Amino acid sequence: MKLVLAIIKPHKLDEVREALGGIDVQGLTVTEARGYGRQKGHTEIYRGAEYETNLVPKVRIEVVVTADYADRVVETIQHAAHTGSIGDGKIFVIDVEQAVRIRTGDQNNDAL
Amino acid sequence: MKFATNICRGAGAVALTAFAAMPAWAQTAAAAAPTVDKGDTAWMLTSTVLVLMMILPGLALFYGGLTRAKNMLSTMTQIGTVTAICMIIWVCWGYSMAFGDGGNGFIASFSKAFLHGVNSTTTTATFTKGVAIPEYVFICFQMTFAAITVALVLGSVVERMKFSATVVFSIIWLTIVYFPIAHMVWGGNGIFFSMGALDFAGGTVVHVDSGVSALVACLILGKRIGYPQEPMPPHSLTLTTVGTGLLWVGWFGFNAGSALEANGSAGLAMINTFVATASAGLTWMLVERIVGHKPSALGFASGLVVGLVAVTPAAGNSGPFGAIVLGAVASTACYFAVTKLKPALGYDDALDTFGVHGIGGMIGAMGTGVVYSAALGGPSGDSWMGMGKQLVVQLETVATTIVWAAVGTAIAIYIAKALTGLRVSREVEVEGLDINEHGERAYNI
Repeated sequence: MKLVLAIIKPHKLDEVREALGGIDVQGLTVTEARGYGRQKGHTEIYRGAEYETNLVPKVRIEVVVTADYADRVVETIQHAAHTGSIGDGKIFVIDVEQAVRIRTGDQNNDAL
Repeated sequence: MKFATNICRGAGAVALTAFAAMPAWAQTAAAAAPTVDKGDTAWMLTSTVLVLMMILPGLALFYGGLTRAKNMLSTMTQIGTVTAICMIIWVCWGYSMAFGDGGNGFIASFSKAFLHGVNSTTTTATFTKGVAIPEYVFICFQMTFAAITVALVLGSVVERMKFSATVVFSIIWLTIVYFPIAHMVWGGNGIFFSMGALDFAGGTVVHVDSGVSALVACLILGKRIGYPQEPMPPHSLTLTTVGTGLLWVGWFGFNAGSALEANGSAGLAMINTFVATASAGLTWMLVERIVGHKPSALGFASGLVVGLVAVTPAAGNSGPFGAIVLGAVASTACYFAVTKLKPALGYDDALDTFGVHGIGGMIGAMGTGVVYSAALGGPSGDSWMGMGKQLVVQLETVATTIVWAAVGTAIAIYIAKALTGLRVSREVEVEGLDINEHGERAYNI
C-alpha cells in the first residue's frame, strides 16, 4: 500500500477531488495547511507596514491506495492541480505498513 | 458684509458675533421669542442619532477591525463606555462649560450645570435670525460630538491601556480639554469664535483635538509589546469597511446637522461630505499605486475617513470643487504621515488617530481658510482679499488647540496613571485584553 500525500493550491481542491473520483479512489482526507516552497510566501501591506508572510494557505490531501495504483493517482493529482505558476505544490508517495478498517476489522488492501 | 460672511461659519455656535451686542437674544428663548421650525427640529433630531451611529457601531467596528482579534471586545467596550460616560457628564457640567451663559473666552459658566433652567420650551439660536431649535435637541446634538471626540482619542492607546484607565482619562480629558476647546471655537463669547475662526463641524474641536491628544497619550503610554518588529495586521478589514460605511453615513448628521437647520447650508455641507470623501478615498489608492503598491481596501477606507475629517471644518464653508481638492490634498498628506512619518519617528499610534485625525484635521482647518474664498467657489463674500487674514486666524486656532490638547492630555493621562496604573501587565497584553479585562472572547469558533 502507498500513501499519496499532496500539497496543492486550495482553489484546486474541487478539481482534484473530481478527478480522483473519476478513477475510483474510494476516499481521501483533506486538511487545511500552511507552508512555503520556492514560492517563499508573499508580502502584505497595511497602511505602509509591510509583513512578509512566509506561510501561505495550502490544502493537504492524503490518499492511501494499493501499491500498483499509486502511479495513476499521482498522475491524476498532478494533472488536476496543475496551473503552471509557482506555488502549485508537491506530491509525495510513502510506503504504508498496515491498514485497518475500524468498523469491520478488515486488514490492509481489504481495508482500503 | 461682516454679518454675511459670518453666517454658518461654525457649527454648534450658539450666538453669532454679529449679534454680540444682543446676547440675551442669542442665548435665551424668552427675549425675542424666536420661531422653532418643526422641519429644522426633525432634521436635528435625526442628525443627532446619526452621530451616535458613527460611534456605535461605526467607530467601534472601524477601530475594532484594525486591532488584533484578542483585543476586539476591549476596543469596542472602551469606545462604548467612554461614550456613555460622556453623555452623563455632558448633562452634569459639560454642556454648561461649553455652551452655558457668561463665562469668558476660554470657558462658559456653570450656570447651566445639571441643565439648570433648561426645559422643553427653552431654545437655542440657529444661524438664521429669529429661528431656533429646542435646547434639549441642541444639547443632545453637541453631546454626541463630545462623545465621539473622546472615543477617537482611544485609537492610539488600544491593545494596552487598562479599561479602568480609559474611564478615568475620559472624565478628566473631557473636562479640561474638550469642553473648553468647544467653548473657545463655538461658544458665543469663545475666544476663537470672536476672532472669526471657521470650523463648521469640528475640524479643530474634534479632529485636531483628538489627534493631538492621541499622539501625546500614546507617547506617554509607550509602544505595544513587539511593535514594530512583530506583525500586527488588522484582524478584520471586513468589519473595518463596515465601520467606514457607518461613519460616512453618520457623518451627514455630523456635518449637515451642523448647519442647525434643514436648509441650503445643510445641503452644501452634504454635497461636500459626499465629494471630498470620494476624492480622498480615490486619492489614497492612487498614491498607493504611484509609490508602487496595490490599491488596498484599508487604503480606500483610510482615505475616506481622511476626506471626512478634512471636510468637517469646511463642510458649509467651501464649494464642492474646493472640497474635492481639499480631500485629495489631505489624503496625500495623511498617506505619508501614516506610512512614513510614523515609522520614522517610531511612536506607536496604534490605529493612526494622529496620522488621520490630527494631520487631516490640521489640513482641513487650514484649507478651510483657503477654500472659503469666493475666488475658489466658497461661500465667502470676499474674493482673494481676506484669505491671508483668515489663514492667520485658522493657524492661531489650530496652534492653540494643539498646545491646549497636549498639555491637558498629559495631565489627564498622568492622573489616570496615578489612580489605575494606566497600562495592563505584560501577561495580560500578550494574552489579550478581551479575556483578561472583560472575561470574554470576541470569537468563540
